[in-house]
Amino acid sequence: MAMLEIRGLRKSFGGVQALAGVDLHVDEGEIVSVIGPNGAGKTSFFNVVTGLFLPDRGDILFEGKSIAGLEASEITKAGIARTFQNVRLFPDMTVLENVMVAQHCRTRSGIFRAILRTPFMRREEAEIEERAREILSFFGSRLVGYRFDQPAMSLSYANRRRLEIARAMATRPKLLLLDEPVAGMNPRETAELTGLIRKLRDEQGFTVVVIEHDMGVVRDVSDRVAVLDHGVKIAEGAYEEVSTNAEVIEAYLGRPAGAGR
Amino acid sequence: MTSIDLRRMLRWGWMAGAAPVFTAAVGMLEAFDDRPLIYPVLSLGYLMLLWFLPIAGYQASNTPVLEGMEAPPKGLHNAAAGAFAGLMGGAVLSVFTVLVNAFDMRDVFVSFSARMVELLTWGRGVPGGLAVTAGVPAVLGLAGGLMHLMSPSGRRRSILAVEWVVVAALLGQVISQVLRQIRLEAAADLMFTRRALEWWAAVVLAAVVWVLAERTKGGMGRMRERLFAADVGRRTRNSIWLAVLVLVFLIILPQLLGSLLSEVLANVGLFLLMGLGLNIVVGLAGMLDLGYVAFFAVGAYTVGVLTSPISPRFTLEWSWWAALPVAIVMTALAGLLVGTPVIRMRGDYLAIVTLGFGEIVRILFLSDWLSHTFGGAQGVQNIPGIPLGFTTVSGVGPEGVLYFALFFVIISAWISWSLQESRIGRAWTALREDETVAEAMGINIVAAKLNAFIVGAVLAGFAGALFAAKVGSVFPSSFELLVSIIILVVVIVGGMGNIPGVAVGAVVLIGVLGGPNVPGLLQEFAQFKLLIYGALLIFMMLRRPEGLVPSKRRSRELHSHELTQDAWLQKGGAFTGGQDGPGGGRQAES
Repeated sequence: MAMLEIRGLRKSFGGVQALAGVDLHVDEGEIVSVIGPNGAGKTSFFNVVTGLFLPDRGDILFEGKSIAGLEASEITKAGIARTFQNVRLFPDMTVLENVMVAQHCRTRSGIFRAILRTPFMRREEAEIEERAREILSFFGSRLVGYRFDQPAMSLSYANRRRLEIARAMATRPKLLLLDEPVAGMNPRETAELTGLIRKLRDEQGFTVVVIEHDMGVVRDVSDRVAVLDHGVKIAEGAYEEVSTNAEVIEAYLGRPAGAGR
Repeated sequence: MTSIDLRRMLRWGWMAGAAPVFTAAVGMLEAFDDRPLIYPVLSLGYLMLLWFLPIAGYQASNTPVLEGMEAPPKGLHNAAAGAFAGLMGGAVLSVFTVLVNAFDMRDVFVSFSARMVELLTWGRGVPGGLAVTAGVPAVLGLAGGLMHLMSPSGRRRSILAVEWVVVAALLGQVISQVLRQIRLEAAADLMFTRRALEWWAAVVLAAVVWVLAERTKGGMGRMRERLFAADVGRRTRNSIWLAVLVLVFLIILPQLLGSLLSEVLANVGLFLLMGLGLNIVVGLAGMLDLGYVAFFAVGAYTVGVLTSPISPRFTLEWSWWAALPVAIVMTALAGLLVGTPVIRMRGDYLAIVTLGFGEIVRILFLSDWLSHTFGGAQGVQNIPGIPLGFTTVSGVGPEGVLYFALFFVIISAWISWSLQESRIGRAWTALREDETVAEAMGINIVAAKLNAFIVGAVLAGFAGALFAAKVGSVFPSSFELLVSIIILVVVIVGGMGNIPGVAVGAVVLIGVLGGPNVPGLLQEFAQFKLLIYGALLIFMMLRRPEGLVPSKRRSRELHSHELTQDAWLQKGGAFTGGQDGPGGGRQAES
């Protein structure tokens, strides 16, 4: 059974059809790339799946249960976490706090436990912090040590992107949605992150869906590629298949001159 | 040509005139002339009139050091620029004096009187005294300019000496009261005449501060280092000792202060309680609540109705102790009730809706419809004090109320701190920084916001319950919008999101200036209280939006735009204030 199954998903904003009936399935342990020209509806697709937007029509099944219409926080709790295209960290919280706060839905201490500082609450706090350190160490030496207590906004651009992935990991998801994880990175950083995305699946056991414009990354990480254009899936399959598909080339480059229709 | 910026000098010169003209025009000069500060040289009126001039002189002649450039040499041009700004101020003040003398405008400006002209010309009349009117500001401006020629330590010493003398003179009443309580009447009588510091005492104090200033420099830091430098076990032991010391100090404090000052401090405690509650809602969770007084009212009315023997509907005559838990539950319910409908609103909309709710609550308590329960405009009266077995704590003995206020403040501070340092507090911070992302990261927004509303409401409920027992009666008029606003000002001026900050805000605003309907230490200022509040708020917003004692995170939020820009470019320019105000901060925050 597919981990994520999307059927006939539609979403429009006023007159603009961002998603015009998208079907997609993601199996457990897969890395699926979603590509398409600007404005194809990729980010809207993520926003609808993670509950930031309500779908107009269609259904989203996660592990067999419908999650369409749930609050974003409930979807996160069900096991889907994401990063944002235009890095959205909590800029004035420290690196460590950013990762700690994302464990909110996996922890339980409430107001009374916090005020009374019960042993349960203190143990949980220690675990949260321990886990945050552990997750940050996944990125090698980049986000550890003195960086723990630095505000997120003081980080370099690439580190902010890494921290965002760390924060998503901290919600203990089964499915990770990465929105253009290498956008704006230099070739070295891109190569490193490409390896990291594979490690997210191979070592951490996450199923991953990536929106990406960098075709090198798409080729290197994807088991399967889905192409969106104007809110419709126009192709799906292995990278080699998709990259030679005439319709896909047309969506990206336009029709050859004089081809006519 | 020297490095004096001409535009800067003219700007500060103009302000050096505008400030005293404004002070005189609102009537402060006349009203405060009866209050001597340093006997017989200086009255509070003249201090208010002239305090700004040395600052203007200093600023007018300041030559900002640009990053990476050599500091411009200091010299007599600084002094001259200071004197010029002062003289300009004096000239503006003289023109003002002449105009007031020539035209009778008392119908509109009640304080434009012959008495004011006399004070402005130092008793010498219009043509004769104008030289003094202009001359004194010029001298003060010169003094400000001369500060540039002092060594940094000399400057520090003189500023400290002046500050200490002014504070000692302003707090003359408190100091002599404390001296009397510890049986030093003779010293008190010798040093103070009519609440004012004797001139020789001022000189001695200034000299002592001058000598000691350098020695105590960094003393606090060293002390803190010594206290906390040791290994972990020592450190906890030191902290415990420190806590015990503070506690003992707080216990003997009311005995030392006498009932008048205890009354003032008890009011500080009440407002601090509310400030801590509002700090959770505004400072931590970032929801601007302008109707916060409603929860204070619910707490006070619950206790009033349940305990008063002449309460309009029931005569339950419960003890205060029995009523307190009910008050807590009621305020928590009120928090839930107000919170639920507004939870989906953000920013300005939330502020307006809560403002409405605050007024609705007050009007409900005032209404005829509920008057058989809450007494309408008469309110609930004869509320008994807090029975303690051997005594009863009520407004008659403010020391007892102060102890209770302290007790609740400690509890509330603990609640604030422990929530802030927990999963809940982190969720609030995330919510404040980016609501959408917080939700996408699995934080239940509705629950987190309601939590903040309810905890904040309960802390106000503590204050309300204590207020009812202290005052002995509750009226709708005690819960006006102004109270909400003053509490918000306490939080903002003190330092949003920071517990010590809120405490400092409450002490400075409520303790020194006085709150709505309650007197502060400087009772003289009562009629100008709101004016000073407003001026302070504007100043803080322009120059220190993070508050007097800022939380680390808040000040990062408000100054983050400066990190990303070349801040010195702005500081070097003619307009220092404008651009780095809160406008930019808001942008950075959103």
